[in-house]
Amino acid sequence: MEKLLEEFSLGLFFWQTLLFVLLLLLLYKYAWKPILNAVNDREEGIKNALDAAEAAKKEMQNVTADSEKLLKEARAERDALLKEAREIKEGIISEAKEQSKIEGDKIIKQAQAAIESEKKAAVADIKAQVANLSLDIAEKVIKEELSDKKKQQKLVEDMLGDIKLN
Amino acid sequence: MMLCVGPFAFPAEKENEQHGEQGKDLKTEIKEYISHHLQDSHDFSLFSYTKDNGEHVYVGFPLPVILWDNGLKVFSSSQFHHGETLAEVDGQHYKLYHSKIYKTDAEGTINYDEDHHPTNAKPLDFSITKNVVMIFITGLLMFWLFSSLARSYAKNNGVPTGVGRFFEPIVLYIRDDIARPNIGEKRYKKYMPFLLTIFFFIWFLNMFGMTPLGINVTGNIAITTALAILTFVITNFTGTKDYWMHQFNPLGDSLPWYGKIPLYIILVPIEMLGLIIKPFSLLIRLYANMQAGHIVIGSLIGLMFIFKSWIGSPLSFGLAFAIMLIEVLVALLQAYIFTMLSALYFGFASEEHEHDHEHEAEIAH
Repeated sequence: MEKLLEEFSLGLFFWQTLLFVLLLLLLYKYAWKPILNAVNDREEGIKNALDAAEAAKKEMQNVTADSEKLLKEARAERDALLKEAREIKEGIISEAKEQSKIEGDKIIKQAQAAIESEKKAAVADIKAQVANLSLDIAEKVIKEELSDKKKQQKLVEDMLGDIKLN
Repeated sequence: MMLCVGPFAFPAEKENEQHGEQGKDLKTEIKEYISHHLQDSHDFSLFSYTKDNGEHVYVGFPLPVILWDNGLKVFSSSQFHHGETLAEVDGQHYKLYHSKIYKTDAEGTINYDEDHHPTNAKPLDFSITKNVVMIFITGLLMFWLFSSLARSYAKNNGVPTGVGRFFEPIVLYIRDDIARPNIGEKRYKKYMPFLLTIFFFIWFLNMFGMTPLGINVTGNIAITTALAILTFVITNFTGTKDYWMHQFNPLGDSLPWYGKIPLYIILVPIEMLGLIIKPFSLLIRLYANMQAGHIVIGSLIGLMFIFKSWIGSPLSFGLAFAIMLIEVLVALLQAYIFTMLSALYFGFASEEHEHDHEHEAEIAH
């Protein structure tokens, strides 16, 4: 301890304190403050850039999600449209089938009615013609048979029997 | 082969030298040389040698001597001729004896007490010594380095150039691994200039001590005392209310006042002593480490001249080289420890008890 005290130089202590404090003040003003500020600014800049990148990434994710959602919606809409179209198509087809069936039935009915009426007309015509023919025949028979009374009678009777049979 | 023989040859040679008559002379000379190198000097000597005719030749330059002895006395240290002659200024005679200036009579007699200590009057010595010159050079170097680093940020868009690329990570290390964890995120900023300055100052001066110029600034008790006192002053001037409360009332509310009295008779003086012991440990640690390093290297280099053999000298050279490498590490380590512990003390001093504030906040809610 005594040796240490003897070694202690007040002059050196004085110069050391003075020079060190001076150095501290000078370095504070011209070195440490600008250095630490610059480093801080840089770190802040890096942090901000990272934050911005993160935000951009999130935004991108949002955009992707949005577009995916849109795509999904579009797909669903398309599917709905297609389904609707198919339904419409089926409706049209079945309706057409029904219509055609009704139309066909109608035509068939008309045709049947026409055939019936034709048939009726034809039968009537044939009846008229048969009547005429009968009258003609009857006229001729009458003309021929009037000479013979017996024969006349027989003919009328036969004829009447024939008609009845008819 | 050499390495095998080495350890056995080492003590044998040493013993031989101790018994030898010639070796003793050389040993005292080396011892004096080392102790001279550990001390501050009034001139900046680069090296010295002895001519064949026994004349000592010193290569270097003298430095101004500034004394306060009933008035300011300024003269060049060349007047001492390295302690060989007296300096006469304004009718007063001064003698340089073991790197200290004593006031003597015209013949330069030095009176000793029974312990062989000089009893002559010592004038107040404010000389620009070798250490002061080195402090100045280190200061200039630091100012140049770090102000150019600061300027390079503005020029190069926030990225350092040149040597700043080496120093910037160290600056950041001190900020992120010394100041922030020890002092705390909120308060570390005001201590940064001191921590950075003291770290680089000690490191650079330690490294200068590794050069063959024989500089031993950080191994000087006056220097380490000045540095430790600065830490002490800053610690106590920035001390918060909590810090002082802890000093005078270490137990807080855990005991009633009458229970504290017997404990505090012992506790408070211990806390007070702790205030002084903390910086004292700082100054002794740095001083002793650097001093010891210089003594060990000096001794190992001296051993080479004592051995003068093909086994001992290369071995002590190898040893000196290895210790030198360790010393380079120690130079950094001691700067780191000084800065780290200063930061720790600042941290204690500026600490505010967070839980108290939380409690207050709870009441407010």
